[in-house]
Amino acid sequence: MQNEMDKGLIAKSLHSDPLSWVEKYADYLYGFAMSRIRDEDVAKDLVQDTFLAGLQRLDRFEGNSEEKTWLTAILKNKIADFYRKQSAINLKVISVEGERQDFFDAESGHWTEKDYPRAFGLEIDNPLMMKELGSILNECLAKLPGLWFSVFSMKHMDDLASELICTELKLTAANFWVIMHRTKLNLRACLQKNWN
Amino acid sequence: MTSALRNIIYNCKQATFLIEKRIAGKITAAETLQLHIHLAGCSVCKIYQQQSILINRVFVGFENTDFKLDEAFKKTLTEKIEKEINKN
Repeated sequence: MQNEMDKGLIAKSLHSDPLSWVEKYADYLYGFAMSRIRDEDVAKDLVQDTFLAGLQRLDRFEGNSEEKTWLTAILKNKIADFYRKQSAINLKVISVEGERQDFFDAESGHWTEKDYPRAFGLEIDNPLMMKELGSILNECLAKLPGLWFSVFSMKHMDDLASELICTELKLTAANFWVIMHRTKLNLRACLQKNWN
Repeated sequence: MTSALRNIIYNCKQATFLIEKRIAGKITAAETLQLHIHLAGCSVCKIYQQQSILINRVFVGFENTDFKLDEAFKKTLTEKIEKEINKN
């Protein structure tokens, strides 16, 4: 009983109640991580790491910001760490096994005929169609090499400057643009293949 | 005609590269002109450009709420947090 009261007092004096974190924020943080990493196991680990790191730093949380904002900031750092680790592993792997290299004729740079982009026949104001397209895109994203996904996600999800992404992931500007180009070529081809 | 210009007019690989660079960053005035000329004559790359922009839109439009944790994992997580609090 005394113990329960202590905990209540601690929670109050610390401006935060960690026992309610999972219920309040776990799904949100998981969604945040998944939309940037696309790997369920990694995303779950990151959510767990975020809560545990939050507990350790609880004494420094002063209630100036929302609990949710504070935890999200911790998660963002964890995601950045993950990206950096991925890039260390993949640093030399710009070209990837299974990647389609032959979208274009080696001599002329023309599209090879079987790779011609064809219209999807899509009505962009049709929410059902867009949802379907989204779920196919999800599957295509899952097939990308980790480093490529990190680059693509940092650019478009977090809207970071290209120079910053290069610094974070230790990429040259030239490699950065090669990855951006190949990522899109592969995503588009994957969509075309699986659409309809 | 400069060789750069001649190269781009017929080169879809280079054109799609410039399309990506323009969407996610910026390209020079000369590159903009090259791309413009290429796209005027290449309907395939025009389709590519539309779809490339669409992919970005769909990607950014993913809702965080599309992903949910399973209850079993949440339970384990809660237990870990409780355990961690009780340590102190």
